[in-house]
Amino acid sequence: MSHVASVHGAVEPAESPLTPESWGKLGMWIFLAGDAVGFGTLLAGYGMMRATSGDWPSPYEVLGINLTAAMTFLLICSSVTMVKGLEWLGKGDKGRAKAYLFYTALGGAIFVSLQAYEWSHLIHRGLLINGNPWGASLFGTSFFLVTGFHGLHVTAGVIYLLAMVRVVANRPQPAASYNAVEIAGLYWHFVDLVWIMVFTFMYLL
Amino acid sequence: MATAEHKHPNYMAIFWFLAILTVVEIAVIYMPLAKFTIGVLLCALALGKAALVAMYFMHLRFEARTLGMIAVVPLLIATLLIFVLLPDGFAVMKRTVGVKPAATEPAKH
Repeated sequence: MSHVASVHGAVEPAESPLTPESWGKLGMWIFLAGDAVGFGTLLAGYGMMRATSGDWPSPYEVLGINLTAAMTFLLICSSVTMVKGLEWLGKGDKGRAKAYLFYTALGGAIFVSLQAYEWSHLIHRGLLINGNPWGASLFGTSFFLVTGFHGLHVTAGVIYLLAMVRVVANRPQPAASYNAVEIAGLYWHFVDLVWIMVFTFMYLL
Repeated sequence: MATAEHKHPNYMAIFWFLAILTVVEIAVIYMPLAKFTIGVLLCALALGKAALVAMYFMHLRFEARTLGMIAVVPLLIATLLIFVLLPDGFAVMKRTVGVKPAATEPAKH
């Protein structure tokens, strides 16, 4: 760090002023802020399309919320296993940390599977990207776009978490992977946070 | 590098808060309330849950305040977007109302 700083002079401080642990953490926060704007745009657009449509179907009657409520609960649980994994890593227990990271990835994988099940069920009942039996065709378009965009994030998160299990396994010192796992955790909690919004605005409201 | 001297919040308490708020959300949509009231309640509950996740699971509460500002910016932008879209929305609404004469909405608000 100091070597780089001395070579480049006063280009940048070696330590991030906002996140003293690492620049990577600041980078993840900035990425997440950008990603959040993406989701915000989708949800604001959804709200506007819905508000200006004369025949928007009632989401919770068409989509059903029992399965999705369970999926919401699952994501919250996976967020808890994530923080627990990080906590164990902080205490130096690599084995438990890996296990909890794996449970988190497993929760995400089950979530995506349930979403695939839900999609196929809804498609079977006639909800298509370009039309549906209940009303405005944009209902299906926006539903698949937003939940699909989120599902893609969960899928990426599962891969990310499994990679982190390997990182923890490969680095001899637990402390050496703490920061990387914490950053992965930020991403995972963000995905959970976005689902809280999607669940509220696209299913319940 | 440091083995993070974060004070760990009580994660299980946050978990129960989130679980209970989810149940409340589902209960709210079946309550005999005005659609607008339900909407406001749901928005408030969702924002509350999101805040819990960001503050405690993402440790925002224990970070520098400026980092929190980075996190809040998207929320501001999303809110702004709604206002940016409003003129278009009204234009579309005018047209839709012209095409479908008061089919679904009884004239209230």
